[in-house]
Amino acid sequence: MEEVIQGKDLESKEYFINMGPQHPSTHGVLRLVLSLDGEIIRKVEPHLGFIHRSIEKMCEHDVYNQIVHLTDRMDYLSCHINNEAVCLCVEQALQLEIPDRIKVIRTIIGELTRLSSHQLWWGVMGMDLGAITTFLYGFRDREMITDIFEETCGARLTMNYNLPGGLMFDIHPNFQKRTKDFLAHFKKKLPEYDTLLSNNVIFRERTKGIGYLSKEDAISYGVTGPTARASGFSCDVRKHHPYSAYDKVKFNEILDTEGDCFARYKCRIAEMWESMSIIEQLIDNIPEGPHKVPTKAVIKLPKGEWYQKVETARGEFGVYIISEGQKSPYRLKFRSPGFSNLSALDHMARGCKIADLVAIMSTLDLVIPDIDR
Amino acid sequence: MNWLYDFSYLTRSIHESLAETFEPTTVTIIEMALAGVCFMILFALLGLVLVYAERKVSAFFQQRLGPMRVGKWGTAQTLADVIKLLMKEPLMNKNADRFLFNLAPYIIMIAAFMAMASLPFAKGLQALDFDIGLLYISAVSSLGVIGILLAGWSSDNKYSLIGAMRSGAQIISYELSVGLSLLTIVVLTGSLQLSTIVESQANGWWIFKGHIPAVIAFVIFLIASTAETNRGPFDLAEAESELTAGFHTEYSGLKFAFFFLAEFANMFIVSAIGATVFLGGWMPFHIGGWEGFNGVMDYIPPIFWFIGKVSFLIFLMMWFRWTFPRLRIDQLLTLEWKYLLPVSLMNIVLMAFLSLMGWHF
Repeated sequence: MEEVIQGKDLESKEYFINMGPQHPSTHGVLRLVLSLDGEIIRKVEPHLGFIHRSIEKMCEHDVYNQIVHLTDRMDYLSCHINNEAVCLCVEQALQLEIPDRIKVIRTIIGELTRLSSHQLWWGVMGMDLGAITTFLYGFRDREMITDIFEETCGARLTMNYNLPGGLMFDIHPNFQKRTKDFLAHFKKKLPEYDTLLSNNVIFRERTKGIGYLSKEDAISYGVTGPTARASGFSCDVRKHHPYSAYDKVKFNEILDTEGDCFARYKCRIAEMWESMSIIEQLIDNIPEGPHKVPTKAVIKLPKGEWYQKVETARGEFGVYIISEGQKSPYRLKFRSPGFSNLSALDHMARGCKIADLVAIMSTLDLVIPDIDR
Repeated sequence: MNWLYDFSYLTRSIHESLAETFEPTTVTIIEMALAGVCFMILFALLGLVLVYAERKVSAFFQQRLGPMRVGKWGTAQTLADVIKLLMKEPLMNKNADRFLFNLAPYIIMIAAFMAMASLPFAKGLQALDFDIGLLYISAVSSLGVIGILLAGWSSDNKYSLIGAMRSGAQIISYELSVGLSLLTIVVLTGSLQLSTIVESQANGWWIFKGHIPAVIAFVIFLIASTAETNRGPFDLAEAESELTAGFHTEYSGLKFAFFFLAEFANMFIVSAIGATVFLGGWMPFHIGGWEGFNGVMDYIPPIFWFIGKVSFLIFLMMWFRWTFPRLRIDQLLTLEWKYLLPVSLMNIVLMAFLSLMGWHF
């Protein structure tokens, strides 16, 4: 009682709050421990491990064809690009010559994956900021890509199409027509995204100047992808270390210097236009040829170490294989973009409000199984 | 069909038939009970209709169909939801303040009931007609925030507490703008009695008669009343993506349904106030001097005019909710204290000036 009278009980102090593992805006089982002063965030501490499946350890017991099928369980929105990374790494080790047809198809599929990932991100970003309608608009357009993928590889989520040495099947006869239909449709719809969300006053107020990340910080935290490019860090793997058919197409690396949430948002929207332009350049020029280079049923890599990186929708995804000449790798390490991007969250969110943290997380575009492998 | 145009026939005949058999005191008690039952039925109906409407309107904005399975066009969906909520287990945190936790939903409901009692639904259809009707409504409708604060405080959940504190700051702020925008029209009517306000619009609604200040006041009222009912883009108290469900995170079953119902009832109440003060309430669309035109408009019964105007305002509020992103708490307070409040203060002075010069119609 005395304490209350002396006002000791009424002292204002920091408190902590558990955001997640079950929370609508962590988009998965990410647990953030927030230290709060009222609504102001003093510290963000991500706790991982809720969806750890020890994929890297599992890879040490699997053959290379099986490893491909584990990677789409990591960043399930960039599944085809993840698959491609493993395939490219194995092909690099085997020194396989890949025909142009495979390269072009892989590039188209990769860009479609990036588009579908960004569409989902856009929908979810709006939803996180309270505009629930965007979620359904994003999904409406994503549905067309998912249908194309379903026809191509038979799945709608956790898709697998690439294999070391080529593709599982040749493209479906409808593939080119449906992709062109989608491009025609989405070119009309993407400006609507701007009308609905980008040009909204509330949205701009909520994102401009929030979650600033400088170029130096982006580099030192190892941030990659659109998140880093919005801070002015030129890190597009497709541009700097072209793989598949990226050296044959013309596209711009989207760079911004503002480094806030709105810049990251603009970067992703602009990337959608670039992806569409890449697909347009390739879709009519798919060369003839086989869809697969013959490989042994059980691939054995020679002794050595290989690293291959690709640009997923979230940033740089790397595969590092150490082989002892067996059918399984001695050690395999995935460099996932989400993990490094998440590490910058605390730096960006300090001093912001809870609502800002949600916006920052949205623009980081976190996929939790990618962070926790 | 006369009663449809003037409900006082109906109420008078009920009163007279009761007076034949009972003493005056008993008659009053029976009439109060009757009115209470009517409002309860209205409340339940509002819940059913508005929840269905919200789902269909949101579906319309989001290019989907909405509920379609239960009943024709999904019309029985809300009933199914009610049954589900009734059968749910009422959960409570171990350290929750049991008394306040159980009290909170009822406070919100009671506040909504009290506000609804003085709304003029049609000619002669108004339970309480005070001379301070407007003041009473704005006083009573702010009682609901106590329920929200109690719910957040007693839940023993930090998310709920943050939501409740946000809601407290929000409702107390926006109360001012709602009050001032309504006062702008009171300057013209010279009365706070709702029936007088409606009667004063017999030859044109105030939004048309009151020149620009009335339009400004209407816009401010729309924004501020949306904020006062905790609906998007001002739904910070719930803020699903930030606070899971805000102040009612810990509620389940029927008590959650009460919060849900109260939100829709509050939406109806503010729309009804807006319709009454700015859009003529149950008064048909009249243009002063055009007798023939006014006569045609009078064929539509007043109750339908009222329902139509309220539905229009409710649709507007749903439109806001399904289009705009949510504001942040500091932006919300900035909007009120730095923009809406000064503008409404200036507006009220402007309106007083207009009224003094006799420039309004």
